[in-house]
Amino acid sequence: MPKSEAQVEVSRRASTIEEIREVSRRFPDSPHGHLEDLRDDPIDLLHRVRAECGDVGRFRLADRDVVLVSGAEANEQFFRAPDSTLDQAAAYPFMTPIFGKGVVFDASPEERQQMLKNQALRGDMMRGHASTIEREIRRMVAGWGDEGEIDLLDFFAELTIYTTSACLIGLPFREQLDARFAQHYHELERGTDALAYVDPYMEGVESFERRDAAREALVALVQDIIDQRVSAGSTSDRREVPKDQRDLLDILISLDMSADYITGIFISMMFAGHHTSSGTASWALIELMRHPDVMAEVVAELDELYVDGAEVSFQALRSIPRLEAALKETLRLHPPLILLLRVAQEDIEIGGHVLPAGTMVGATPRVSNRIAEDFPDPDSFDPGRYLDPRQEDLANRWTWIPFGAGKHRCVGNAFAMMQMKAIFSVILRDFEFELAQPSESYRDDTSKMVIQLARPARVRYRRRAGR
Amino acid sequence: MRVSADLDLCQGHQNCQAEAPTVFGFDEDADRVVLLDEHPDDALRDAVRSAVKYCPAMALSMEEK
Repeated sequence: MPKSEAQVEVSRRASTIEEIREVSRRFPDSPHGHLEDLRDDPIDLLHRVRAECGDVGRFRLADRDVVLVSGAEANEQFFRAPDSTLDQAAAYPFMTPIFGKGVVFDASPEERQQMLKNQALRGDMMRGHASTIEREIRRMVAGWGDEGEIDLLDFFAELTIYTTSACLIGLPFREQLDARFAQHYHELERGTDALAYVDPYMEGVESFERRDAAREALVALVQDIIDQRVSAGSTSDRREVPKDQRDLLDILISLDMSADYITGIFISMMFAGHHTSSGTASWALIELMRHPDVMAEVVAELDELYVDGAEVSFQALRSIPRLEAALKETLRLHPPLILLLRVAQEDIEIGGHVLPAGTMVGATPRVSNRIAEDFPDPDSFDPGRYLDPRQEDLANRWTWIPFGAGKHRCVGNAFAMMQMKAIFSVILRDFEFELAQPSESYRDDTSKMVIQLARPARVRYRRRAGR
Repeated sequence: MRVSADLDLCQGHQNCQAEAPTVFGFDEDADRVVLLDEHPDDALRDAVRSAVKYCPAMALSMEEK
């Protein structure tokens, strides 16, 4: 087929994919390119790509090229590309067994994102979500004594199961959950080994076996909830519930969907908001404890805001500048997703290179968020970056990318920030926190594509005087 | 000041309308912001600044003049 003039023009001045420098390998004997690098220390791999190759570099993942971009110019091209050019769905094969083999959604990821935005994440729903979140966090701390210790991963992973299920699926469903749901869900998230790029159902991989067992356990829990809702005499028989009080589960039951299918839908709805929020809350508290001066400013700010009894559900939707700056700085240093991937659906040009259809293209919040030209002293925790006149997030909207950027910038980001403000409004007013282990011992477990705080991550709390 | 909106980035959250309703409108059909006033009065500076800062899509910007 003859090429159009525009395409010929592009290929004349742009180089081909082979001319993009490939990053060095720490596991040269691996049969799957840089797969072992990605599994062993993905942060090191991603930083190495920029250090060795510049704004556009390349690594090999199983039998594919991954072109990794960073820096404002290449990031903007990446994030502005339309869905028809760079597609998300095929880029994350490790999600298929989690949502469920055979569970085929009628909607593309983009359409599901749009549906979420137009329903559960609508602006006028936020006030209700804020009071739901406040109630959930109060329930979680209700059992706390005057002092004690918690594990951050256990605590925030459970809390965010309750908040995401209550806000996205419905309060009745949330009331039928307990800590078991959070534990199984955690196993699903742990089942995101990059080996999935070779085969998401590879035999003999323990995390995959645990993933599949956890999904079955979740289906059984949901089946149990469905049975209770449709059995006469059960305390949660909801067959006679008026339409306007139904939650999403009632609706899906009425459509005769199986527990397996419904569980797949719920897992996918909760996925984007769960480990991300849990990790961010944990890291924000760790960074505040590591920086007592910032903690003191934030606590003083909250004390002043709430001195005359303002409601958390009201205030969490409004400006809390010092807390917001600390949260943004946490997100810059510890973005929950370190690698965002797409698959090119047609030949595209990025950073002066023509990439053939089928190439994977990635952007990396972890690396871009720490580019020294955009974020001076990039590894230091400095919430002052976001105050006037620096505003380093707005000034660098293609490299300050903890929520991604462009058309598919996380639609839940306003919800997420509100949730963080509600959580810290409650816990910092009533409790003081201190590190219960050496400061450097708090770290992420990066062995899976879904990054989670490594255990132990213990923290001591003490009730504030007069609270 | 001069306000601009990047329609390719707007996700239709409509937060800006709540912050500064005389500056930002909404096109229901396109699900996009409509810029009503490119050069708002100085009295609206704080409201516009909030709209820019809290836009969930980072689609707005303002230049001081």
